[in-house]
Amino acid sequence: MKKTIAASLILIISSLCLLPGCGKSSSGGSLTVFNYSEYLDPEMIAKFTKETGIEIKYEEATTPEEMYTKFTSGAIDYDLLCTSDYMIKRLIDEGQAESVDFSSFENYKNIDPKFAGYSKSYDPEGKYALPYFWGTVGILYNTKQVKAPVDSWDVLFDGSYSGQIIMQDSMRDSFMVALKYLGYSLNTKDENEIREAAELLKKQKSDVSSYLVDEARDEVVAENAVMAVVYSGEAYLGNEYNPDLEYVIPKEGSNLWIDSWIITKKCKNKEAAEKFLDFLCREDVAEANFEYIYYSTPNKAVVDSMDDEFKNNPAVVPTDESVGNCEIYEALDADTTALYNDLWKEIKSE
Amino acid sequence: MIAKWLGKVYIGIVMVFLYAPIAVLIALSFNASKSRVLWTGFTFRWYRTLFGSSAIMKAFGTTLALALLSAATASLIGLFAALGIYSMRKSGRRVMLFFTNIPLLNADIVTGIALMLWFVRFLPLGFSSILLAHVTFNIPYVILCILPKLETMDIRQFEAARDLGATTLYAFLRIMLPGLMPGILAGFFMAVTMSMDDFVITYFTKGPGVNTLSTLIYGEIRKGIKPEMYALSSVLFLLVLIILIAVNILTGSKEDKYITKNKEIG
Amino acid sequence: MKRKRMQLLSIPYVFWIIGFTVIPLLFVFAKAATSPEGDATFGNLIAIFDPVHRKALFLSIELAFVSSLVCILISYPAALIIKSSKIRNKKTLQFIMILPMWMNFILRILAIQMLISKNGIINHFLTAAGIGRINIINTEFAIVLGMVYDYLPYMLLPVLNGVLAIPDDIIEASKDLGADRFTVLTKIMLPLSLSAIGSGITMVFVPSMTEFVIANILGGGKIQLLGNVIEQEFSVSMNWNLGSGLSVTLMVFVLLTTLIFGRGDSDKGRGFVI
Repeated sequence: MKKTIAASLILIISSLCLLPGCGKSSSGGSLTVFNYSEYLDPEMIAKFTKETGIEIKYEEATTPEEMYTKFTSGAIDYDLLCTSDYMIKRLIDEGQAESVDFSSFENYKNIDPKFAGYSKSYDPEGKYALPYFWGTVGILYNTKQVKAPVDSWDVLFDGSYSGQIIMQDSMRDSFMVALKYLGYSLNTKDENEIREAAELLKKQKSDVSSYLVDEARDEVVAENAVMAVVYSGEAYLGNEYNPDLEYVIPKEGSNLWIDSWIITKKCKNKEAAEKFLDFLCREDVAEANFEYIYYSTPNKAVVDSMDDEFKNNPAVVPTDESVGNCEIYEALDADTTALYNDLWKEIKSE
Repeated sequence: MIAKWLGKVYIGIVMVFLYAPIAVLIALSFNASKSRVLWTGFTFRWYRTLFGSSAIMKAFGTTLALALLSAATASLIGLFAALGIYSMRKSGRRVMLFFTNIPLLNADIVTGIALMLWFVRFLPLGFSSILLAHVTFNIPYVILCILPKLETMDIRQFEAARDLGATTLYAFLRIMLPGLMPGILAGFFMAVTMSMDDFVITYFTKGPGVNTLSTLIYGEIRKGIKPEMYALSSVLFLLVLIILIAVNILTGSKEDKYITKNKEIG
Repeated sequence: MKRKRMQLLSIPYVFWIIGFTVIPLLFVFAKAATSPEGDATFGNLIAIFDPVHRKALFLSIELAFVSSLVCILISYPAALIIKSSKIRNKKTLQFIMILPMWMNFILRILAIQMLISKNGIINHFLTAAGIGRINIINTEFAIVLGMVYDYLPYMLLPVLNGVLAIPDDIIEASKDLGADRFTVLTKIMLPLSLSAIGSGITMVFVPSMTEFVIANILGGGKIQLLGNVIEQEFSVSMNWNLGSGLSVTLMVFVLLTTLIFGRGDSDKGRGFVI
């Protein structure tokens, strides 16, 4: 009996020792990179390693909150991280971001200078964040089934397409729609305004077919719903799959979002990390990444060399005019966040 | 006669229910379109590009290694645990079963995050941390599969063998193990299945750059699941099916012998 | 003496439980008993009485209960039919029944979504046949369907195992002694396979209670189960304390419910379900 126990223990221990993971080394060092899923062409990672000898350990997540959880748990020391504006702000405020001198980058000139203005709300001095992709939130709708032209959030609330609407299953984005429709700022801290928006969303729930994030585009493509609130980046591929689909930023205004890279304080190889960011700014690399996902790129060199088909599509290249009354999310204070959480739970369990 | 026929129809309906979504996924592996909601024609392309996709093949290797290692470890610990629990008195048994059920009771996300917080303290996250997590949630399934076998087993045969001079180990190997084998196999198979299927716990306990098929698929929902993934799933599925049928044909006659032998003893 | 020595076999498992079940659980308890600021509090534990959480809890219990019931109702007759049939290798049939689980979980749920969507595969066939359409996606029914589909193998496996393990001699003997089919079923088969049904219930009921992916995809995010609330607290609201508190209360409820289910069985001291 003792023998078998011993044997079992030996087997367990030896199986643990067999595992890969230790003792790997590479010539140019390595970087652990954290990004949204499907947000970077894997071939570009291989290319970077080939050019510089720096190994990339690539990790993915689907939401900023998921990233924050994994990042702050300290389980993995990420060197570089790409996430959304309000999460960038949180990380900068918590002292998690390393300042970077972007002017020393060879390819930083490719980034459209207007982003220095856009990023004021989360990175006032432009010291930390490098814009990577950006876009708006709007309505993707099927022109075959929606005859009247859509230009307002109204179409989501007037009940005319009851049971055929997909809303974002993300608290902030759903509230944004209601707040903008009511004519308020999407960053409002006024409790009454937020409660009014919540009431509107509760009333709307019976008209909503589903609350989705990742599958929203596919559902409209498959014509399981006639319209959905989506990120502008989804519009191009949606239209590729189903030419009847059209994307619009409602006239009441919407959210303008920017996903950016930061180098974290935990980074041990800042030089390599800067090389990676510089690499991402390079025209051929930025172009490959754009063609991988078709989200709007802040890289002016890429935009300038695009076909007209892209240039004239405001879902791919948002014009200054189309984002005129769009706002960027600011991080909410603790009380407002708590209010949002409670109200969102109430809406969802209605 | 009618009852027999109805029985067959019933099993047939259950099978259709179980296999309809599988059929959909297999069909998708032949879909020329990259979108999962549009059918644009028939192609073998994804089967050809599958082996060139290093991300998928690497994740597949990791998934398989994890599943087999964690299931083997869990089966071993679980078998011993089941024997131990079986021989315990009521109170001891209750305590053990209580703790056995805990990994099943927790929401996956809670287990995942709790394990992550714990592992971080003594182990760099990587393959081994996922393995530990998988063994943890696999053991209960193994125990739940083996214990009923033990309970329906006639322990007197084992005791008689020992009384007649067999060593405990010999008596166990010759008398108990064959009877427990179906339970152990079912537990092992179940553990492999659970391990291959897990996403949430794997996600939180994995280290950088390590991916299983589940974590890969989850990330792909946004942009659209790569059709190669359907192809791989279909290949894997058919492979297991073929192995099962082969095993069935090879051991079919043997099992009959085993049953008749048992009947003679009985 | 012999019994004592055999008990020692569970020692590796005891260490495993302490190392990887109890200690992580203590982390959860510690989170549950404190506020996000780190002060001791009962707030996260009594938060279950909040109307929103209570509603989610009751709905979770209801759907998990219905799913378990449907799984038993499908599995038991199937097990009886297979037992009485002349299929030679019954084990293989059993494996074939859990084989669908080798397809990835998320892929399977997406496949069900495609089948039952408004413009989905089933509706295409139904309209083509002129029967009309089903409209079940994004309802509680769809969630139950998803749970039954996903967890049916967990019930089939132990139930089939349990029923096949009942010796034919006993059944034949009772028939010889004049028992009719119904008596054989209620007095022989059911009592002898109760432990198997018990473990089946644990394996179906418990994951259904904590599940959130099925509810998200097939319920269209419109139906909030307690698993969804917990997941939200962890991954969106980032209130791990409330999330842990709700999980602890969920664990208690699951324990209570499985106690009730497993009762008749554990009285005999050979039960599975605690």
